[in-house]
Amino acid sequence: MSDLKKIRDEFILKLKGKLDLAELNQIKSDLFGKNGLVSSQFKKIGTIDVSERKKFASDLNIIKDELQDLINLKINEIEKANINEKLEKEKIDVTLPERSFVRGKIHPVSQTIDEISSIFSEIGFSVEEGPDVENEYNNFTALNTPDNHPARDMHDTFYLDDKKKKLLRTHTSPVQIRTMLKDKPPFKIIAPGRTYRSDSDQTHSPMFHQVEGLHIDKNINMGHLKGCLNYFIKEFFEVKKIKMRFRPSHFPFTEPSAEVDIGYEIKDGKIIIGEGDQWLEILGCGMVHPNVLKNVKVDPTKFQGYAFGIGIDRLAMLKYGINDLRAFFDCDYRWLNHFGFDPLDVPTNYRGLSR
Amino acid sequence: MKITFDWLKDHLKTNLKEKNLLEQLTNIGLEVESVQSLSSDNQLFKVAKIIKTEKHPNADRLKVCDVNVGEKELKKVVCGATNASEGLITIYAPPGAIIPKTNTKLEIAKIRGVTSYGMLCSEFELNLSDESDGIIELSKKYKKNIGKSYFSKSKSNLIDLSITPNRPDCLGVKGIARDLAASGFGKLIIPKERQIKSKTKQTLKVKIKKEKGQGCSAFGSCLIKNVKNIESPQWLKDKLISVGQKPISAIVDITNYVMLDINRPLHAYDADKIEKGIIVRNSKSGEEFTALDNKIYKLEKGMCVISDNKGVLGLGGIIGGTRSGTEFDTKNILLESAYFDPRSIRNTAKKLNLDTDAKFRFERGIDPLSIETGLKRAASLIQEICGGEVSKIDIQKIESYKTKIINFDVNSFENIVGFKISEKEIQRILTDLGFIVKKEKNSLKLKVPSWRPDISQQIDIIEELVRISGYDKIKTIAPIKDRSKSTLTQTQRLFHFLQRAIASKGYLETITWSFTDQSYNNHFREAGKEIKIVNPISSELGVLRNSIFSNLIMYMSKNLDRGFKDLSIFEIGPVFTGSNPGEQKTVVCGLSAGKKSRLSWIDKERNIDLFDAKRDVVQTLSEVGYSSDQFFIDSKTPNYYHPGKSGRIFLDHKKDKVAAYFGEIHPNILKKIDIKTENLIGFEIFLENLKLSRKTLKDQKLKFAVSDFQKSERDFAFVVNKNVEAQELISVISNVSPNLISNIKVFDVYEGENIPDNQKSIAISITIQSSEKTLNDKDLEKINNSIIEAVENKTGAKIRS
Repeated sequence: MSDLKKIRDEFILKLKGKLDLAELNQIKSDLFGKNGLVSSQFKKIGTIDVSERKKFASDLNIIKDELQDLINLKINEIEKANINEKLEKEKIDVTLPERSFVRGKIHPVSQTIDEISSIFSEIGFSVEEGPDVENEYNNFTALNTPDNHPARDMHDTFYLDDKKKKLLRTHTSPVQIRTMLKDKPPFKIIAPGRTYRSDSDQTHSPMFHQVEGLHIDKNINMGHLKGCLNYFIKEFFEVKKIKMRFRPSHFPFTEPSAEVDIGYEIKDGKIIIGEGDQWLEILGCGMVHPNVLKNVKVDPTKFQGYAFGIGIDRLAMLKYGINDLRAFFDCDYRWLNHFGFDPLDVPTNYRGLSR
Repeated sequence: MKITFDWLKDHLKTNLKEKNLLEQLTNIGLEVESVQSLSSDNQLFKVAKIIKTEKHPNADRLKVCDVNVGEKELKKVVCGATNASEGLITIYAPPGAIIPKTNTKLEIAKIRGVTSYGMLCSEFELNLSDESDGIIELSKKYKKNIGKSYFSKSKSNLIDLSITPNRPDCLGVKGIARDLAASGFGKLIIPKERQIKSKTKQTLKVKIKKEKGQGCSAFGSCLIKNVKNIESPQWLKDKLISVGQKPISAIVDITNYVMLDINRPLHAYDADKIEKGIIVRNSKSGEEFTALDNKIYKLEKGMCVISDNKGVLGLGGIIGGTRSGTEFDTKNILLESAYFDPRSIRNTAKKLNLDTDAKFRFERGIDPLSIETGLKRAASLIQEICGGEVSKIDIQKIESYKTKIINFDVNSFENIVGFKISEKEIQRILTDLGFIVKKEKNSLKLKVPSWRPDISQQIDIIEELVRISGYDKIKTIAPIKDRSKSTLTQTQRLFHFLQRAIASKGYLETITWSFTDQSYNNHFREAGKEIKIVNPISSELGVLRNSIFSNLIMYMSKNLDRGFKDLSIFEIGPVFTGSNPGEQKTVVCGLSAGKKSRLSWIDKERNIDLFDAKRDVVQTLSEVGYSSDQFFIDSKTPNYYHPGKSGRIFLDHKKDKVAAYFGEIHPNILKKIDIKTENLIGFEIFLENLKLSRKTLKDQKLKFAVSDFQKSERDFAFVVNKNVEAQELISVISNVSPNLISNIKVFDVYEGENIPDNQKSIAISITIQSSEKTLNDKDLEKINNSIIEAVENKTGAKIRS
């Protein structure tokens, strides 16, 4: 038996036994180390007679491959077994709770303002703002509500001075005045914001939110007003059809003026907007009074248009089924969590208002 | 304004139903607020007399009354009214009756152990007035009506209209009928004016003083002598009761009736109580009189008063005085029908805080040409009911009424409203509304009816026309989806970004009132101006907030009381720096309480701390687009923060405006407010102090350049004086070789053993990498040394060996 065959047979036998990783590595080094049995055979190749050299080299390579493969296989098996053994120990109860996380929320009024802005953005309105503290002129006089006008009684006003010159704005309409004084027509704006009236009971809060709308251009008439509001209400309530009613009313700063009702019904204790034969008043509007345009140096013979004012809190209540206005400002953690919106729910034109 | 369909029919010929009426009223702008069936089942309410009262055995304030309701047996009724006394004639509601005010059905009930069969009613409960103090007291004359129904049979419902302040004419039933007729709902009945045959002159002299600011421009009057002021006849009582008014005496009832019917307020004086004559003049400062509401009013200078030689009789157009009031024994009366200037009425009423029906009407504007009509109607009714001789009518004037004229361009209607109506229809509507229409070349010349003070220009006519034609005729023109200007300004976008950035870090957004409790506000006001509200709804909401913290802490405390422990809330909104428009800033204010982690199987418990807030602020500002490497932070913060555990952030080293504060709320404030939590951490970001980038996102994205050369990490530990801030070391290191050094991180801060007192060790790791080559050991060594040298030289630190 040649040396080669002896080596092979001996080690094949060894490798069939139960070996650990260290023993295997020892065998590996015995065979293939610097002076290993196989390695030294390779060194011998040069000394072998030419006629036998080819066969010897070929046999040696076969044996080398066979042993090497066997060793690698064994090592793999052991490593795999080791990992499996470790995995078995490392099993963990994945039903245990994750690390805690907190979710922030956006207040329903903020969400509603974003919804409103998104809808009006689509039809070309931009957003304007004005200060919460107003002077009596912008809040009343410029809006064709001079002192001594009984309409002032309809606004219970908070005053900041005894002369009643400085006040908390009772509506967002003074933003109309500021916008028109600042720029030149055409105007196409909405102005959401805080408004204040010294009124406090179940259905009134001393602070609430309104959004003002103003569109002044050449040839804007009541049909455009109706179309704009019809579009807005449909989009806002995310319904295909809406029942809407314009009723004559009176506001000093618009003429003709209208109050707008939408149709609704109560189904299973829930309010359904756009159907039914009940009417719900949701906003006031009208054609901007020529006196107002004159007050802001806009020529009413050249420019005309409409304005509207909507209660934002009320819209939010209707849309999201919130019963109590006062809860909006009570900061009850449970309420905020329940009615708040995820900050990632940004209403936009392309993704719409709802998820 | 309360009306009934029956009363309307005095002026309107129509076969239409009440349902149509209600719709039409709303359609033409006379909004129906409510419809009450005052009359349904009201036959049950009976005139009754209390025969005997006894104290309730189990209640001090209650009485047990034996009441004669016209039946054989007396009824036992428990009553709490103080005026329930033997002999009183009042109104009795039997079990089964529905109380109009509360809409509840009466039942036989045991009240504190005594069975009560029905109830004795107050005016309030029967919707007759707001008088809820005591039960109704009817005059002795009702004695013959005991057992009979108090209300007469009527099928008409009480319709309550909300009349807008521009329509005084619709404060009279006739005005409403006129509008309805113009809109095609029936035909207006024009009654023949009653003529009074009179020989005698009005002998009581009336004078309107011509003075500056005289509030009365015309004063009409007539004398009626030898009247018998009796109770009104049933038809008149029924009429008043049907609209919720309480009949008093014929003369008062008649003046009320004329007022409600044609919106012509009148006033009746006892002529015998007037000294010599009437003078209408401005009041003198300090003058006093007792008004019909039994209150004494002290007048300021310049109020319009009706007076005689002895002094003030009444405030013209607002309220009469007791001295010259009519009573059942009044014999001779002076009837007044005048015109008072709305502005004068409003000023006076506001100053005296007086609100009367007459004031409500005069401040909106009474038809100046109704003086004579009103006198004639009332005088003839008085004569008819109370007898007497009526004098001729005397009218004093210091100004004549001028009819307003408007030239109306017919085309303007379509221009504003968007649809067209024929000129013929325009003429018809306006004529029906009382205009006198004359066709001219290119327009209509319109004489405005005297009862319409609200109409003075073309747009007012357009409103009339579209209101009567119907708002349903207005077309719906779909909006064009076209945008020429961006929806939000950059500041508004920043507002929305901050709002959602903070919310996304676990904060619940709140909206609190812009006003707050003064005592809370003072904790956070610093040197800011206190801005008081002159007329707050309550003293706890008396000032505009100088900081959002006052409200957030108040509500945080409430939530903690509800049993929630770990909370983060925020608000973005205004704080006020002065009481002028624009003196306000937008602040994002956040507040966190409790622990960051509590009762966790996996994480250690720890209180929320200022570095949580700092992370939220710095991360938010980074998300907005500011580079946190540039921030400068120091510890100068307002006094409401913990002095040692709070900081302020500037966007860069120029330090011009504070971008944000963060830190623990001062323990003294927590103590005063008595808020119980492990820790309370807040922050404020000032929106106006954040510089807006002029670059679009497109421009902000620079060329993508990274280095693939090998990078090395190096750690240093420096020992420095305790007062040296980490920021200083970082800043020095980053300046050593900005192109090579990045990612500077403090990974340990240590004080104690092996470190001298007053000193601390700060361990910092950095990354060194070149974009040009792989740095060799020599290069790295050189950078190392320059870092150590720079830090040691500039901060007094020593490298720890």
